[in-house]
Formats: sequence, C-alpha cells, structure tokens
Amino acid sequence: MRVHALWAGVPVALVLMSPNVSADWAVNLPRGVTEVSQSIYHLHMTIFWICVVIGIVVFGVMLWSVLFHRKSLGHKSANFHEHTLVEIAWTIVPLLILVAMAVPATATLLDMYNTSKSAVDIKITGYQWKWHYQYLDDKFGFFSVLSTPQDEIHNMMPKDKWYLREVDKPLVLPVGEKVRFLVTSNDVIHSWWVPDLGVKKDAIPGYINETWARIDKPGIYRGQCAELCGQGHAFMPIVVKAVPKADYDKWVAEQRKQAEQLAALNSKTWTMAELMSRGKDKFDANCAVCHQATGVGQPPTIPPLKGRPITTGPDPSQHIYTVIHGRPGTMMPAFGKQLSPVDIAAIITYERNAWGNNTGQKVTPQEVLKAEQEK
Amino acid sequence: MSAVVDTHAEEEHHAHGPAKGITRWLFTTNHKDIGTMYLIFSFTMFLLAGSFAMVIRAELFEPGMQLVRPEFFNQMTTMHGLTMIFGAIMPAFVGLANWQIPMMIGAPDMALPRLNNWSFWLLVAGFVLLESTLFMPGGAPNFGWTAYAPLSTTYGPPSTTYFIFAVHMMGISSIMGAINIIATILNLRAPGMTLMKMPLFVWTWLITAFLLIAVMPVLAGTVTMMLMDIHFHTSFFNAAGGGDPVMYQHIFWFFGHPEVYIMILPAFGIISEIIPTFARKKLFGYTSMVYAVASIAFLSFVVWAHHMFTVGMPVAGEIFFMYTTMLIAVPTGVKVFNWVATMFRGSMTFETPMLFAIAFVVLFSIGGFSGLMLAIAPADFQYQDTYFVVAHFHYVLVSGALFGIFAAVYYWLPKWSGRMYDETLGKTHFWLSFIGMNVTFFPMHFLGLAGMPRRIPDYALQFTDFNQVASVGAFLFGATQLIFLFLVIKTVRAGEPATAKVWEGSHGLEWDLPSPAPYHSWTTPPVVD
Ligand SMILES: [Cu+2]
Repeated sequence: MRVHALWAGVPVALVLMSPNVSADWAVNLPRGVTEVSQSIYHLHMTIFWICVVIGIVVFGVMLWSVLFHRKSLGHKSANFHEHTLVEIAWTIVPLLILVAMAVPATATLLDMYNTSKSAVDIKITGYQWKWHYQYLDDKFGFFSVLSTPQDEIHNMMPKDKWYLREVDKPLVLPVGEKVRFLVTSNDVIHSWWVPDLGVKKDAIPGYINETWARIDKPGIYRGQCAELCGQGHAFMPIVVKAVPKADYDKWVAEQRKQAEQLAALNSKTWTMAELMSRGKDKFDANCAVCHQATGVGQPPTIPPLKGRPITTGPDPSQHIYTVIHGRPGTMMPAFGKQLSPVDIAAIITYERNAWGNNTGQKVTPQEVLKAEQEK
Repeated sequence: MSAVVDTHAEEEHHAHGPAKGITRWLFTTNHKDIGTMYLIFSFTMFLLAGSFAMVIRAELFEPGMQLVRPEFFNQMTTMHGLTMIFGAIMPAFVGLANWQIPMMIGAPDMALPRLNNWSFWLLVAGFVLLESTLFMPGGAPNFGWTAYAPLSTTYGPPSTTYFIFAVHMMGISSIMGAINIIATILNLRAPGMTLMKMPLFVWTWLITAFLLIAVMPVLAGTVTMMLMDIHFHTSFFNAAGGGDPVMYQHIFWFFGHPEVYIMILPAFGIISEIIPTFARKKLFGYTSMVYAVASIAFLSFVVWAHHMFTVGMPVAGEIFFMYTTMLIAVPTGVKVFNWVATMFRGSMTFETPMLFAIAFVVLFSIGGFSGLMLAIAPADFQYQDTYFVVAHFHYVLVSGALFGIFAAVYYWLPKWSGRMYDETLGKTHFWLSFIGMNVTFFPMHFLGLAGMPRRIPDYALQFTDFNQVASVGAFLFGATQLIFLFLVIKTVRAGEPATAKVWEGSHGLEWDLPSPAPYHSWTTPPVVD
C-alpha cells in the first residue's frame, strides 16, 4: 500500500519532463527573455534533476524494503545497525554534489550583481499600491496602476484575459540594452518581480537596491508585487513592454512632450463635468482599494467618504489638506507627492459630489497648487 | 516500583494522587496532567488555525473577491501562521516531552514541576490575548506571521500591541518549558543512562531546548523594538527616522530559522523511535543521528539570511548564506539515509504510527528537496515569496512536524490511556490525511513556479485550476482531522485494554511501565545497563 506514496512523485516528474505540457499548463519556471533568467532556469532544472535522481535512489531502496522486508512475508530482521564506510560515503557524496552545484550558482549570482555599464537607468518606487517609474536619463516619470475594473474584482462583470495583470501605463524598455533598475519604496516594503526578466528585488524605504536586465526579445512581460504590502498587495501588477531601440526613442520623445502638456493642465480652467469624469477615473485607480468605489470605506479602519463632514462641509480646505498631506499614523498616504494638482483637484471634486455628497462645489487645480505651496 | 504500579482504586487514596475536579488541572504539577493539557490545547489551536486556513482556501477557490475582504484575508494568513506555529506545533511537542521524557529516562516527574504548570497556563493566557485581537477594532494583526516592519509598525493595526504582548507571553512560556526540559534530562536520568544511551526523542528535545533558550529572547527583543517604534517614537525600523527596515528581517530570521528546526527536530526524534519498533531492527547509525541533529542545530544559526536573498544584501553575503544553507542538506541527508537503512532488511509491519513515520520520511524529503532548490540563491530570486515557498514549508511542517506529532500520538496513546486505538479508523485518518495533504500542497509548487506570489487574496486567471485543486485538498484534509478527534475520544472511553509493551518491537524504558502509566512514572529509578 505504500506504493501510492512512493509513486506520487512520478506523474509530477513526467509532467515536468515534457516541455510542451510545461508551456501549456504553466507548471514550471519560464525560461524568460534575458541571459540571467535563462541561467536561473538552467540552475533550477539542474538542481531539480539532482533531487529527482537522489529521490529515486532513496525512495527506491525504501520501496524495496517496504515491499519485500515485511513481516507478513515472513522476512526476518537483520542485525546490523552501523557501517562506517557507508556512513562516510553518504556524507561525502552529497557534499561533492553540492560543491558541483555551488560553482555555476555562484557565477550566475555574480552576473546578477554586476550592474555596471548600463545604457538606461530607471528608478522604480513602490507605493501602496502602485509602482512609479522614473526615467532618470530623460527626466520624466509616471505611475503604473492596476487597470482591472473594480467590477471585475467583485464579480460584477466577466473577467478579462489579463485580469489583475494589466496596468494603465506599462514600463516601456528598449530591447538589447542593459537597463539598470534602482528600486526603492515610499512606504512599506514591496518587491518588484518580473519572472521573464529573472528580476526580483525588494523595494525598501530608505534603501536603493540595484538590479538589471537586458531583454532579448520584444514583447509584453507581466509580473506583480511579491512582498506583502497591505491590503492592496494582490493589486499592484507590473507590465513591461519591450520594444526595439528605435521605437523606444520615439516613445521617450513623446513622453517628454506629454510631461510638458501635463504641466499645462494645471493652469487650465476646468469645467465641473471634466473634473468629475477625470475624478472618477483617478479615484477608482488610487482611492477605491481602501475607501471602496462606493465611498463607504471599511469602518473602523478606513472611514467612509460618503456623507461625512469633511467631504460635505461648506469649506473644502480640510479635505484638500488631508489628501495632500495624508493622515500620519494612519493608512492614509500623502497624495501631494504622488498625484499632480489637477488629479488631486479632480478626485476631491468627485468625492464632494459623488454618492449623494452633492455639495455642488468645484475644487480647481489652482486651489490645490496654492494649498501645496502653503505648507 | 511496585507501590506505583497500583490499581486505580488504591491510587485515589495515595497522598500524591491527582486532586479532584477542576483544581486537578489548574494547580497540577504532574507531568502527565500538564502533558495532556498541552496536547488538548495544541489540538484546539490546530482546529482553530485550520479553520483560518479553510477561509483562505475558500476565498482562493476562484479568482475575484468572494467571501472576505483583502484586509480580513491578511488577518487570516497572519493568524493561521501564528496560531499553527506557536499554538499548535510547538505546544504539541512540549506536551509530548512532558509525557515522554520522564518515562523514557526513568524519572518520576519533570525536574521543575511548578514552573511546568506556570509555563502551560501562561501559554493559554498568551493565546487568549492573541486570538482576542480578531474582535478588536481594526482587526487582528494583518502583516503576516513574520511581521515585517514598517508594515507591522508604522502601518500596523492597533491590535499590534496586543500581538507583541502575546508573543512575550508565549516566549516566556517556551523558555521556561525549555529550562525545565534541560534540567530534567541533565539531572534526572536513571543510573546507567549515559548521554549516548538516551533515546533519540530525548536527544532531539535536549538540543531543541537549547535552541529555544537561544532564540526566544531574540524574538522578544525584536517585538520589543517594534513596541518602542509604535509607542515611544524610537526609529529602530523606521527609515525616515534613521532606522533600518532590513535590520528587522536580520534579527527576526536570526530567531526564525532556528525556530524552523525547533519545530522539526523533536519530530526527527519521534521518527527515530518509531521506525525501529515497526521494522523490528535497531536504529541504524545512532551516533551519527545524534551528531547530525547537533550539526543541524548549529548550522541553523548561520543560515538566517537565506530568507532574505532579495533584500539587496552584498553579493558576499548572498554567497555565504547560500553555501551554509546548502551545507544543511548533508546532515539532513544522513538522517534520511539512516532511517531508510533501518527499514532495509527489517521485518516491517504497518500500523498507523509506522504509516505516518514512512510518510514523514518521503514527504519531509520532498520538502527537503525544495529546500535545497531554495538554497540556490540565483534560483531563489524566482522562488522567493511565491507559492513554491508555501509548498516547501508546508511539506516540512505538515507532513514533517504534524505527521511526526500524529505518529507519536498513535505510538504512545496506548501507553498513556491503557487502551488501544481503533486501527481501521487510524489508517483511514492516515490515508485521507496523506491524500488531502498532497492534493493541497503539491499543486502549490506549480503555482509558485508559474508566478503566483504568496499572501494574495486574489489572483490572475492562469492560476485558477491548481488553486481549485489545492482548495479541494484542503477541505478534505481539514475534515479528516475530525476523524482523529473522534478516534482519540473513542480510544480513551472504550478502547481495548493495552499491554505494557503495546508493540511487538517496542524498546525503551517507557514500555517497562504498565499501561496506563502510573501517575508518578518511576518513583524508584530503573537501572540501565
Ligand atoms: Cu506591494
């Protein structure tokens, strides 16, 4: 009867052995699209097969004993209980196998740590719960936020193919260039992980960790935050779009132009309808995880926004102050650093007029800018 | 000795017999009563922490948020881990130590009986405090059992303070228990029982007790620094104040890695008792077993940062911790080889304790293999914080520690209660646990390799199938444990009377005592030659 136990590993080994099956059913690490991810894959497979072989030998002897050295077959027990030579052998042999394994592992590790001579430098900052990418050489940056609608998460509409693995703006990278990532965090610890790049690095407040990737193939590569960072931990995916160098340069030029235009938005005069529609989008992306899309919050940890003095009172200044500076000691972050004045104005306007909070008040980017400068 | 081997009726008039009613349990200093209370407590915590796991698996049955909110989901993963580790696994081993160590070394009781009572009730108080956080405003701790700062300090819920005090209470309880075990083993052994004649269960517990004394104060220090950061405006772990969040992880894992061995070494001891009994053959390589346990314990102090390969340590640190971690495979391998060599050319039978022991060897080895894979630092960059890690430590803790505890209970229950358990029911419990365990945790290897991070309440569609398999397995495994509860109650109430030796191949002092073992184990020490 022990046979079941011993053979449980076999179908699994068979599944792992067949490359086609692995691809379709995703039971194994991806080979990935960088040199590092591929050497990791080979290390992984080598150590896996070493384990399989040792397992077959050890479990084989055990199975043999279980099948044949049993009392019900009348087998009498032998008398030995030590054997110096055997005991030395099974200490030394595993040691040698490990040394053989340590050599390529060390080489890969050194390679992974060699962040010198990069062509592109990108600063990645983890926020609860989104990523910010700053293109250090080209002086622009943006947040990359989950774009899956809340209704999909709450099973109110069918889920898209890339459910929880899609963002509003992916990180665009050039193919064939060494890209250095400087990883840090604004609040708690996150971890930036894209399996196909063979990159996982913790984003730690107060630290700047370095890592790198040189992507071989254009494509879209998906990952997500790997370190528990609070209630939105499952909802901060990473999407990397690798494009040929020429396309990348074109994209960078566009981004720089857009950054200038975005700055212009702050001085524009906005209508109520424009602010409300921009506000809803920005609220859903930045605030709804905690305060909920319906503004009811999650009492007692997270207060509701619906029908509260701060969101419905005659003077919006306290409301503006809280969004810009956060509430120290609570989970409410300071959005002044994260969002542009126009987005903060839109969110506040939305919060003061949605869900029956009909104050009719409009908060403009200029007011937000003024409040930001006051401190 | 004959005075002790009295019948029940006479024992009740004995001056040192158990007291009547509730005071017997509240004030008891008897190692068997305290052992029983530890075991009942740990099984209660096992069911509670298991029910948290059921909430987790139910939510993860499908993508999308169904049953709970992410915030509550995080409380469940945290409380599942804390309650299983500190409430179920560790107290179960202390319960087994209480019952078995005096009987196995020829002592009448534990060396420090009043301390024994105090450490048990302190543990209960600590857990009442910890579980009560579930009903507090803001909910229970939600930052994972590892409580990484600053998520647990600046961003923690108000109940974090209660969590810290609960950890202090558990820590004091564990340290007192460990001191008691060391004092008992070093002072109360029967004449002639030299250290190298001690049963392996006693050996593994002796080493475990030293590990506990070494690392529980470190945990206490860690959580105290958290407390200072939260309430007294220090900045141990707060980068904005000049502190260091990575230092938290170093200190935590300096405790945490030996902690892992605290939860497995006594199980090694149990398996080393059981396999020889049912193989009817002496344990192979007793001496190397002792040295292997000692070297694993020593190495456990120099591998901690393999839990932190992705925090951005200098490459020299990565290499050091990779090598030391790989080295642990050597003594662990020796133990597995010794167990297999003990079975080889034996005369085996397959009662329930042996089934759990054999499953332990196979499944713990699988957990060891994935552990070896995790030791390879470059590969760990892909495995770290994924379901591959979840699969790994559940193979080590469920089919390792927990199966070891089940094996021990089946093995010694007839000695404790004087009654045999129902073998058919025991085997049913084993097979359903075995199947349930593998169906739950094996697919998690695939999920992790395919890219699913741990501690997430919702996941991408590609992970759906294996999550559903795992959830079905978890429900089966959970429900199966009620069979065990029923079996124990049935045995204690109406089992067939057991003989003193219980098993044909049993060996060791505890089997020289009658079944059930008398209230005071050995009032006259036996002589070991
Ligand atoms: Cu995160």
